[in-house]
Amino acid sequence: MKNQNMERLLNGIGKENPTFVLMLGMCPTLAVTTSLINGFAMGISTALVLIFSNILISLLRKIISDNIRIPAYIVIIATLVTTVQMLLQAYIPSLYTALGIYIPLIVVNCIILGRAESFASKNNVIVSAFDGLGMGIGFTIALTLIGFIREILGAGSVLGTVVIPERYHITAFVLAPGAFFALAVLTALQNKFKAPSATNGESGSCGVGCGSCGELSGKKSRVAGNHGNKKE
Amino acid sequence: MKELLLIAVGAALVNNVVLSQFLGLCPFLGVSKNVKTASGMGAAVVFVITISSLVTSIIYNGILVNFHLEYLQTMAFILVIAALVQLVELFMKKNMPPLHKTMGIYLPLITTNCAVLGAALTNVSKNYGIIQSVVNGIGISVGFTIAIVMLAGIREKIKYNDIPESFKGSPIILITAGLMAIAFFGFAGLI
Repeated sequence: MKNQNMERLLNGIGKENPTFVLMLGMCPTLAVTTSLINGFAMGISTALVLIFSNILISLLRKIISDNIRIPAYIVIIATLVTTVQMLLQAYIPSLYTALGIYIPLIVVNCIILGRAESFASKNNVIVSAFDGLGMGIGFTIALTLIGFIREILGAGSVLGTVVIPERYHITAFVLAPGAFFALAVLTALQNKFKAPSATNGESGSCGVGCGSCGELSGKKSRVAGNHGNKKE
Repeated sequence: MKELLLIAVGAALVNNVVLSQFLGLCPFLGVSKNVKTASGMGAAVVFVITISSLVTSIIYNGILVNFHLEYLQTMAFILVIAALVQLVELFMKKNMPPLHKTMGIYLPLITTNCAVLGAALTNVSKNYGIIQSVVNGIGISVGFTIAIVMLAGIREKIKYNDIPESFKGSPIILITAGLMAIAFFGFAGLI
C-alpha cells in the first residue's frame, strides 16, 4: 500500500510529468511563467485544485452516475478553483493581480479533468490523493523551472534580485515569444536525450495531449447530449 | 463606433489571443497540420466565441450582477459554454447539415478550448457591456483564425525542410510560433 502511494507520487514527478511528458495544460505553462515566483504560484494553485478534486471525485465515484460524470467533475473543479481564487484574492493580492484571468482558467486545464477521468474515478481516496500530489508537484517543478529560465534570461534576476547586468538582458524572454522559445529548447533537449515524451517522434506535436482532451470533451458532449435528451 | 473598432483591432491583432495571451494553444498546435482543417477550426471558433460572448455577457450583466453573485462567474460561464456548444451542434445538425458536416468534428473540441472561457472572462475583467463584449469576442476569434491559418500554411512548407533531428516534431512548431509572436509585436503601435 505504502509502495503504491510512493509510486504514484514519483510517477507524476518523473515518468508521467504533466508538462514535459504528457504535454497537458500548455496555456498556463506559457502564459504565467514570466518569473520564478509566478510559475511557482500557478503550480501550487493548480496542485491544490488537483489534490482536492482527486480526493472529492474519488470519494464520490460510486455516487456520481456514469452518464453525468463529466459535468459533475466540472462543477467540482470549478468550485475548487473559485475557492482558490478567493483565497488568493484575500491573502496574496499581488499574486492575484499578476496571475489575472489565468486563475479561473485552471478550470479548463486538461490535467485536472484528465486525472479525474483516468485515475480518481477508478481508485480509492488515498491513492488518488497521492496521484494528485505527484502530478501537482511535477507541474509545479516544470512551471518553476521555465519561470526561472525566463526570468534569468529576460530580466537577469532570480526571485527579483538582479544578478546579471542590464546590458546582457534578452527582454524578449519575459515577453510572449520567449515563452515559445524556452519551451521549444526544453522539448528539443528532451528529444536529444531520448527522454519519453508525448511529442517525441515525427507525428508528435501535442497529439496525445489534445487527443485526450478531445476525447474527454467528446465524451462530455455526448454525455451532455444524453442529459439534455433526458430532460426533454 | 470608433471605440468598438479599437476593441476589435486590439483583440485581433495587438493582443492576439494565441500569440500574446497564450489561450487556445492546444488546437493551435494540434489542429494546424494543414490549411483546410485549420480554417474549419477557425470558422467554428469564430462562431462559438461570438455566441458565447453574447450569452455570457447577458448572464453576467443581467443575472449575476443583479443578485451580487459575481463570484459564481467561473462556474456559470463554463456550464453555459458547455451547454451552448452542445446546443449549437444539435441546431446545426438539424437545420444546417452541410455546415455541420464541415464544422461538426471541431465543435466538441471547442469546449475545452480555453480561448472561449478566456474571452468571457476578459469581457468581465474589462467591464465591457453587451455590445462591446460581442465585438471583443469577434476580434478575439478572428485573431485566433488568423494565427492558426498562418501557422498551418507555414507547417505545410516546413514538412519538406531539413530540420535538425532533435527539433523535429513540436520544438520546431514552437519556434515558428515564437517567430510569429515577434512579428505580431509590430502591431503594438496600432493603438
